[in-house]
Amino acid sequence: MQMTGAEIFVECLKREGVEVIFGYPGGAVLPIYDAIFQQSHFKHILVRHEQAALHAANGYARVSGKCGVSLVTSGPGATNAITGLADSNADSIPNVCFTGQVPLAMIGTDAFQEADIIGITRSATKHNFLVKDVKDLAMTIRQAFHIATTGRPGSVVVDIPKDLGFAKCEFVWPEEVNMRSYQPKTAGHSGQIKKAIKAMLAAKRPMLYSGGGIMNAQGSASLLKTLAHQLNAPVTNTLMGLGGIPYDDSHFVGMLGMHGTYEANMAVSHCDLLVSIGARFDDRVTGRLDAFAPDAKIIHIDVDPTSISKNVDVDLPIVGDVGIVLQQMLDELSHQGGVPDVEALKLWWQQIDEWRAKDSLGFEQSNEGPIKPQTVIRKVHDITNGDAIVTTDVGQHQMWAAQHYGFKKPHKFLTSGGLGTMGYGLPAAVGAAMAFPDEPIVVFTGDASIQMCIQELATAYQYRQKIVVVLLNNAYMGMVRQWQEMFHESRFSHSYFDSLPDFAKLAEAYGGVGITVDTLDELDKALEVAFGSQESFVFIDIAVAKEENVFPMVPAGAALNEMVLA
Amino acid sequence: MRHTITILVENEFGVLTRIAGLFSARGYNIETLNVAPTLDETVSRLTLVTYGDEKIIEQIKKQLNKLIPVIKVEDISYTVHLERGMLMVKAIDAGDLREKAEQAGANIIDHEAGNYFIAEFAGTPEALDGFLASVDDEYVIESTRTGPVGMRRGSKGFVV
Ligand SMILES: Cc1ncc(C[n+]2csc(CCOP(=O)(O)OP(=O)(O)O)c2C)c(N)n1
Ligand SMILES: [Mg+2]
Repeated sequence: MQMTGAEIFVECLKREGVEVIFGYPGGAVLPIYDAIFQQSHFKHILVRHEQAALHAANGYARVSGKCGVSLVTSGPGATNAITGLADSNADSIPNVCFTGQVPLAMIGTDAFQEADIIGITRSATKHNFLVKDVKDLAMTIRQAFHIATTGRPGSVVVDIPKDLGFAKCEFVWPEEVNMRSYQPKTAGHSGQIKKAIKAMLAAKRPMLYSGGGIMNAQGSASLLKTLAHQLNAPVTNTLMGLGGIPYDDSHFVGMLGMHGTYEANMAVSHCDLLVSIGARFDDRVTGRLDAFAPDAKIIHIDVDPTSISKNVDVDLPIVGDVGIVLQQMLDELSHQGGVPDVEALKLWWQQIDEWRAKDSLGFEQSNEGPIKPQTVIRKVHDITNGDAIVTTDVGQHQMWAAQHYGFKKPHKFLTSGGLGTMGYGLPAAVGAAMAFPDEPIVVFTGDASIQMCIQELATAYQYRQKIVVVLLNNAYMGMVRQWQEMFHESRFSHSYFDSLPDFAKLAEAYGGVGITVDTLDELDKALEVAFGSQESFVFIDIAVAKEENVFPMVPAGAALNEMVLA
Repeated sequence: MRHTITILVENEFGVLTRIAGLFSARGYNIETLNVAPTLDETVSRLTLVTYGDEKIIEQIKKQLNKLIPVIKVEDISYTVHLERGMLMVKAIDAGDLREKAEQAGANIIDHEAGNYFIAEFAGTPEALDGFLASVDDEYVIESTRTGPVGMRRGSKGFVV
């Protein structure tokens, strides 16, 4: 059948099973928007800034397990999207972004709203395509989804010149995508798996360290838990991996790294076997490299070969999808039928319990004093029963959310880990709400971060999303202030605002409910209101202890066991 | 350590930028880079010379493989292989310079007696260095050379 490029676009998205896309129109994508107007296969969510479209698609992808999709116009539309592309790529989130481009004949002429999007996005994406012929459009879209969602997922750009939207050709749906140059590995090498299990059973102080790979491999979280229990090994999670094992599981020792728990960092520093499962030894995790897990043999399971031995030399690499590899490991474990070293593990757990007794996340909340940010996070956990979808921005509040919320399941904690993008939280929640409109969704944000994408309150209101924005307002760029206090002799260079808006009023102006909170009583009431039945979003602006710092902390360049505890 | 890496890529627009961009973004060195289509016109073949320690070279190979249009990567440095590059030198046609160049194995591909000549020379990178050193700088008007192209010895081919 003859179709226009714009119709092909719609048809391909339908066939890819797309249910929702996030976008913002403009000249170069008008033909596509016209086709979207005339279809009912997928919803289009109108954001208020292209960066937010990408973050929303990212949030949607993380909670739904599907590919995020967005559509933006050429030039400034596409350049606005770049932060979101880089963000998704850093966190390995499948995200396909369609960008309009000036008509083919005008490419290279510095035309109105022309930008070299292929050039600009090359290093911010897993791959990008410029479609030059309408006949290639269907195959390109197919490849874009294939690349974004397989192997190590990431962001993919498809740049579509405006005239392709009008151009016609015979529509052919490619039943298969087979790219000889792109064949991601899924199953782990069986010989390596045998060796890994041997090492795990022989270990006296084993440690499992899991990351975002557990989120990307659907169903792998339960395998991780089973493996941990069968080996009787402690598990730590990266920021991206939180929820990979329930927070209250007996074998979970908390997050590791710069703001990890004492027990997690000490255990990594003292283990004799470290098994990394879908994590990439980021510098925020390892601390000083030469002192990282100094006594450990290291096994690394990762779908991306470049992650292996990039930062830390690995003794036993296993390239593959962590879900498949974990299953292979469990099979091998029952096949070998061995048991772990009971005596050694008893001593190991005694040691870990001693470290746990430090209660490194402890804090004091007085009844009269200012509200501690940690208190807020714990109260939100309680009122949501730990079941909420939680998004964050970047800063101290992000770390407190990671430390104190307590996640029971994967796909519940949405945070910008790799890029550390302020402005991520609210649009990510808008995206998540499109997948799970009836689940509680909380945005933990800061007074600085929220202002980077606050316009998305309008989107939340337009779609009557029941998002609860919890602003831990310390009237500082708290994390910046903390570093300045600790490493720059308290010279607070440009890390505070003298002119914060009245956030509650602002929220009301956007159509939601705005509440200002100064006391613990007010906090409890506000949370009741927020998680009661509401028409749309609720924004709670909470004055928290201004100079509270995040601890434990491994200063940049220090070893993991050189934590500052308070 | 110097490494010669051969790469087969999809012959599509922008591949070279992806490879060059990878090296600049990650701070790797490219000493020379040669690229041309192969008999199979859907495939281009590159020979890339780089240097770095083992860890860096390992990353370079993995990162190259990770680029979507890259089909195959092979580090031929440790295998029995051949490398050949080419050089052109334009020099003043004085004394016995031209004769000496010919004796050294160059072809004279352009020549205006008493004015200038252009010598073409092919060989290993070391031979190119040697030849260039043998021509007196004073008389050289310009010179240009390619990086090497390379392949393994033996009957096995590096093809798709
Ligand atoms: C887009 C962007 N710009 C700058 C930074 C650097 N940065 C990291 S945390 C932070 C302060 C965040 O302040 P706020 O949102 O109030 O959170 P708090 O730390 O106070 O909880 C800044 C500026 C960043 N991560 N992202
Ligand atoms: Mg703040």
